[in-house]
Amino acid sequence: MYFKKNLNKSFNILLLKILIIFVFILVSFFIIIPLLPLFLKSFSDNKNNFIGLENFTNYIQNPSLTQSFINSLKVALTTTFFSVLIGFIYAYALTRTRLPFKKFFNTFSLFSLYIPPLAVAIGLIYIFGKQGLITQGFFGTIPGFDINLYGFNGIIIGEIFYCFPQALIILVSALNLSDQRLYEAAESLKASPLRKFLTITLPNIKYGLMNSFFICFILSFTDFGVPKVVGGNFNVLATDIYKQVVGQQNFAMGATISIYLLVPSILAFLIDKNFQKNEASLISGKSIPFKPRKNLIVDSIMFIFCSLILILVIGVFSSIVLASLIKIWPYDISLSLQNFRFSNVAGNGYEPYFNTVFMSIYTAIFGTIFVFFTAYLVEKFKPLKKIRMLIYFFSTLPIAIPGLVLGLSYILFFNKPSFSVPFLDFQIFNPFSLLYGTMGILVLANIIHFFTVCFISATTTLKQIDKEFEEVSESLKVPFYKTFLRITIPLSLPTILEIGSYYFVNSMITVSAIIFLYPAKIPVSSVSIVNMDDAGDTASAAAMSTLIVLTSLFVRLIYEFTSRNVSKKSSVWINPLET
Amino acid sequence: MKKLFSLVMGAAVIGTALAPSANAWWWGKKGSEKASITVYTALEDDQIPNYLKSFERDYPNIEVNIVRDSTGIVTAKLLAEAENPQADVVWGLAASSLLVANDRGLIQGYAPKGLSNVKPSFRDPAKKPSWVGIDSWISAFCVNKIEAQKKGLSIPKSWADLTKPEYKGHIVMSNPASSGTGYLSVASRLQNLPSEEDGWNYLDALHTNIAQYMHSGSKPCKAAGKGEYPIGVSFGYRAVKQVNMGQPIEAVFPKEGSGWDVEANALIKKDKIKPAAKTFLDWAISPEVSREYAKSFAITAVETDVPLPKGFPSNPEKQLAKNDLQWAAVNRERILAEWAKRYDGKSAPK
Repeated sequence: MYFKKNLNKSFNILLLKILIIFVFILVSFFIIIPLLPLFLKSFSDNKNNFIGLENFTNYIQNPSLTQSFINSLKVALTTTFFSVLIGFIYAYALTRTRLPFKKFFNTFSLFSLYIPPLAVAIGLIYIFGKQGLITQGFFGTIPGFDINLYGFNGIIIGEIFYCFPQALIILVSALNLSDQRLYEAAESLKASPLRKFLTITLPNIKYGLMNSFFICFILSFTDFGVPKVVGGNFNVLATDIYKQVVGQQNFAMGATISIYLLVPSILAFLIDKNFQKNEASLISGKSIPFKPRKNLIVDSIMFIFCSLILILVIGVFSSIVLASLIKIWPYDISLSLQNFRFSNVAGNGYEPYFNTVFMSIYTAIFGTIFVFFTAYLVEKFKPLKKIRMLIYFFSTLPIAIPGLVLGLSYILFFNKPSFSVPFLDFQIFNPFSLLYGTMGILVLANIIHFFTVCFISATTTLKQIDKEFEEVSESLKVPFYKTFLRITIPLSLPTILEIGSYYFVNSMITVSAIIFLYPAKIPVSSVSIVNMDDAGDTASAAAMSTLIVLTSLFVRLIYEFTSRNVSKKSSVWINPLET
Repeated sequence: MKKLFSLVMGAAVIGTALAPSANAWWWGKKGSEKASITVYTALEDDQIPNYLKSFERDYPNIEVNIVRDSTGIVTAKLLAEAENPQADVVWGLAASSLLVANDRGLIQGYAPKGLSNVKPSFRDPAKKPSWVGIDSWISAFCVNKIEAQKKGLSIPKSWADLTKPEYKGHIVMSNPASSGTGYLSVASRLQNLPSEEDGWNYLDALHTNIAQYMHSGSKPCKAAGKGEYPIGVSFGYRAVKQVNMGQPIEAVFPKEGSGWDVEANALIKKDKIKPAAKTFLDWAISPEVSREYAKSFAITAVETDVPLPKGFPSNPEKQLAKNDLQWAAVNRERILAEWAKRYDGKSAPK
């Protein structure tokens, strides 16, 4: 009997180790190894001669570098500040108050993330551009106001649109899990609301808060979509990469600049690692979920705040819808539904749209499974600490890799039929090359491209679930996968669904990596939006964007419906006695 | 748990239902009897179906898979796929890009049938040319008449006009570091003034009037069309197209002549070159499809009887300024470095 128990235990650990190593291999092959060929290019010229650090020194000596770097830093800091602030208040309103129409606000919380970046730019230009509705005071009916869209201001607005939902998703999952008992204790000690906020709420979500700072900072530091369109002459590092790679096909220099871009994310990882040391989990087996109470003042302030945010976002969306209906902005504003036919543009009709929907579904399903399982293995177990640290580190990298760099690296790696073994005259078949030219490569690229936010949101949730569960199961000789299926998954279901919908909406709109990878037979709509706009067909581009937004919204509604049932389930798990 | 179960089951059912149709996408091609070729192109999206009509009619057994992106993206893709090329043919990509690709050994020289019809300046002079042109695209200004009038600006007629103080802050232009169109304007100015130094002096003067350097060739025209800025330095086809769309644009072809580049075809070098790829290249310079090109481009590589599209100058060939494509390609890096040093990043937005 004793023997059997021991065997079980060591089997359990062996299985865990194998799984951890398996995930390590996957993560290396999908994140690190594809990046190597491109990064090696940063040490060579465009004819593949080794030139050492010359690219790096050349770039530093370029007088516009310092300016781009300072500009990127300014953009990132400003965006981070506003995005986290807005994201936090919105998330707080959703989770900790009796916000009126909460379901509505919840459904629309990620709305700005549904809009393809190019469409955001179109919308912003129609509202704040030189001929914009606000700039011209609604065709001259009221005094106009020019915010000087092109340049710093435009970039900041565009980036906040893109970043605040990302902060929101992390903060919601952080704020969701909380222990009512702490607040009750504070109340019986007559603590003021401010004190409760500072001593319970903030410390409890410090991990999520910290992560949303990093995420927003890195995203806005590396994004080129927004600055490309509304940046004017305001140069940032990411547009420098665009100029090198797309404008001049200078991959070596593009790779060099992207290494500079990786610096903040490595710093973030190091800080984060130290920060985590004293992390205690919040949800123990005895926790009681937080139940917000009515507070007229707080609730109405929150209502006003959230409404203002949504009005802005929906305003931009409406102008996109308008753009899809208007004949010649701003000179002939008669309306027509003509542009929703897509038959006279691109020749593909609705095919790219359906390809995109399927791609996004696949990404959501496979991505969520992969990301959650990875986070679970990294977060919950003790064996192979070094390898788990490496997995964690690799998982934080994708966010700092600009999409076009990822796309190019994927071409270089996945389009290679075989690898040559150094020093030997020998070739190994590259099994991953089978993926190239299929839907698989698109799905994989999406999974990796958006991996970090999903990973962090999964670890944030997992961290808050007490390791006690695993420890108890271990002492009860229950294998870990049973605990995983019976406790961890049900408890994290809201986050899991959140990750799925995040993957879905991002895959619907993504352009930068996909534009290099999509096969001839699988046109995708985010790319056809770019092409339609290229061909001067803004209205059709806007029409397709509208369709994409509506699809994401529809999926979000399904999500709302499922998660409402699911969160009832998971609260049962947190407090089985209550129901 | 029951609900969770039904959820998973639901997902599984949807998954299986999608599977057969999904499979075809997942694994791409396969199964079709037709010969198929993959064509990379930077031609305008809305034109491609028109052009292809005659090919589809004459070669029903060849399936053409089109990948359409902007010049920069197509070129980057070609170069990145160097080790295992996916494209069989490049159709209508800037000759300057094809020069780069050829330099890296990606192109197989091929003399398509009917090559003798192609004007000499529109092809690589080699016996088996690495690139063969189909049309030429030339720089032009888009001037928004309504906005110009509102701001009391006269319509600029020449490159020299653009440096007049009245246009300060009213001109947008493609950034030559991110766009081929931007580069052809810059390269043309450097080749068409008495010395290169004079060229830079001109660009210095132009720079003081520029509101924005934009990251795409067509963007300045689009911005002008929407009235964001009254004057956009872009290219002719774009300008004429917007005029025909009904935007209040005047297409101006500068008096001193336009910068230009050729849109050209090439055969990609790979282990198995498909006969269908050569068939496509033969067709792509045939008189029939050239007539289609001529409906949107003023200058085609193969002379046609199609009347000049509305909006172009009456003798378009005369509009071409002196331009040595080879010179522009060889000096590109040096010119862009100098350009960036002078104008990029220093111009903080106001």
